[in-house]
Amino acid sequence: MTETLTLAKAMNEGLRRALDDDPKVLVMGEDVGRLGGVFRVTDGLQKDFGEERVIDTPLAESGIVGTAIGLALRGYRPVVEIQFDGFVFPAADQIITQLAKMRLRSLGAVRLPVVIRIPCGGGIGAVEHHSESPEAYFTHTAGLRVVACSNPSDAYTMIQQAVTCDDPVIFFEPKRRYWDKAPVDTAPGRDGWTPFDRARVVNPGEDVTVLAYGPMVKTCLEAASAALEEGRTLEVIDLRSLNPLDIDTVVSSVERTGRCVVVHEAPVFNGYGAELAARITERCFYHLEAPVLRVGGFSTPYPPSRLEDHYLPDLDRVLDGVDRAMGW
Amino acid sequence: MTIDSAREAPGLTEAPPPELIQLLTPEGIRVEHPDYPLDLSPEEIRGLYRDLVMVRKVDLEAVALTRQGELGLWASLLGQEAAQVGSGRALAERDMVFPTYREHGVAWCRGLDPLRLLALFRGLSNCGWDPAEHNFHLYTIVIGSQTLHAAGYAMGVQRDGVLGTENAAGTIAYFGDGATSQGDVNEAFVFASVFNAPIVFFCQNNQWAISEPLEKQSRIPLYKRAQGFGFPGLRVDGNDVFACLAVTRRALEAARTGQGPTLIEAYTYRMGAHTTTDDPTRYRLAAELESWKLKDPIERVKAYMVKNELADAAFFDEVDAEAKRYATDLRRRCLEMPDPEPLAIFENVYAEGHSLISEEQRRFAEYLESFDD
Repeated sequence: MTETLTLAKAMNEGLRRALDDDPKVLVMGEDVGRLGGVFRVTDGLQKDFGEERVIDTPLAESGIVGTAIGLALRGYRPVVEIQFDGFVFPAADQIITQLAKMRLRSLGAVRLPVVIRIPCGGGIGAVEHHSESPEAYFTHTAGLRVVACSNPSDAYTMIQQAVTCDDPVIFFEPKRRYWDKAPVDTAPGRDGWTPFDRARVVNPGEDVTVLAYGPMVKTCLEAASAALEEGRTLEVIDLRSLNPLDIDTVVSSVERTGRCVVVHEAPVFNGYGAELAARITERCFYHLEAPVLRVGGFSTPYPPSRLEDHYLPDLDRVLDGVDRAMGW
Repeated sequence: MTIDSAREAPGLTEAPPPELIQLLTPEGIRVEHPDYPLDLSPEEIRGLYRDLVMVRKVDLEAVALTRQGELGLWASLLGQEAAQVGSGRALAERDMVFPTYREHGVAWCRGLDPLRLLALFRGLSNCGWDPAEHNFHLYTIVIGSQTLHAAGYAMGVQRDGVLGTENAAGTIAYFGDGATSQGDVNEAFVFASVFNAPIVFFCQNNQWAISEPLEKQSRIPLYKRAQGFGFPGLRVDGNDVFACLAVTRRALEAARTGQGPTLIEAYTYRMGAHTTTDDPTRYRLAAELESWKLKDPIERVKAYMVKNELADAAFFDEVDAEAKRYATDLRRRCLEMPDPEPLAIFENVYAEGHSLISEEQRRFAEYLESFDD
């Protein structure tokens, strides 16, 4: 059954399906119950699944993640919502020192199927701490899986895959895409779902490989349409999984195009794009016609919202990156 | 108010206040407490005594091994045996323990082989046991983190719908006086309280957080913190194994029957260093140590047993001999533990396949094999 859903509603349907499929799945976080989350991603779940499974927690991020770890140790599969990207740092200790390492510390005896949902990125005119892109902190931490959905269909499937995964998953949701609509196949069954650690070519092209994830995928697709008018074809890849990285999909593309532009909202310096550039250089050195270029945020704190349009890579900045790659 | 006057405020560093729950005095005199009746058979008392002696001996052996360079570090429990054995023996099999890195006595009560503890401190693993094997969770180094895991676990027990039945499980979280300053411990109190989680918070107040005394952590007695979170808090003589047993037993029973959390402050003293890298003579007075020696948790049980003819000299000799044999054997087993294989670095990072780990593991294996030529 195919329905046209917003990304937020697709998340909601995915969570609903996960709660239905396994009585051990819990949803927890600040305001996720009666309010349905500040973005309404968990709308109606508490009404249908009860307060024992959809838990309005105290306002304490470390507590939310720490107790989720304990629930997982007791056999539950908690899906935690961190209300905004910039609020994940109070929970960073629990995520980095505890959640990521406990399986290894038990020599594989314990499973920690905890999903941490983080609405991420800017572009919604919010105040500070509400528009950040903290992915590099978590991709740097072994023991975590880090994924980012970019469209309603992936939102629906990837959240269910994250919930059934026995490893901890940091799940980034592009908050400025929450209201984007697209068809979603909500038929039962998982046949044909792309594994959630695989990248996907979302626009085939020959001239430049453009790597993106989360909120920037849409911008890069728009850039690809615009580039076409200039006679250039951009191969846009939605990475989907940041850790592990599906490097093979990236390499086979760059080997063909010889050029690569990485796009993300986070600051470029020491950002996720640096890892991509290094790996691509190592694997594709003799195929490259230009250095791997990066388009991203500046090495500044996320600016006040009246300036965010300048900070966030837009279609023109992506195209500028493409021009630089082509002009090498 | 000046900074100095804060230190002089009443109630900061006073001797144990009258609300201290005690069933056995430092002189070995049994006293009754109306709320905590305890009826132990002579055999059970001898068992507790044996636990205390064995635990102390294992601890001393580990300290010696560290001094000889065989362990990288050890966090001694010397002086805290009664708090750990008393609370540890209060646990039912189904109860779950969330320890810090100093709960060797609780580990002993749960049946965890002390060799596993030595393996951690010898650098052979980053912990290395299955928590489900003895319902004894992993040691936790980051102060206070485990109290949240315990609160979450207790919320899970609650959701299992077993409270009040014979399948009910209590959860106990251990932490020290320093940990009460941590946000996580306070968040654990909040979660446990608002969800009425079946948990016992067992704080061993050993008076010192490395070099920082209690008055750097709190202006009120620690057990009184519980009131602010809305659940009972009480202070027990942490050097009294009987009192620790009785109080913990009752708090766990309350948890298992759905009455919610309890904070127990076991008022005790760390006789040794924080860890073997620490030098307590730099921050505390010898007189303090001497005064606590008079409250030794083992001597008072022995005095009680002698007075009441619960054991003869042969029994005490045999326990000492057994402890010595055990320690000797433990030392041998410790030294015989092999180093892990190099490729073990890559094991158990993820439960499901991970391409990056596989790639790095393969490359490192090839690198190692290159030395075979």
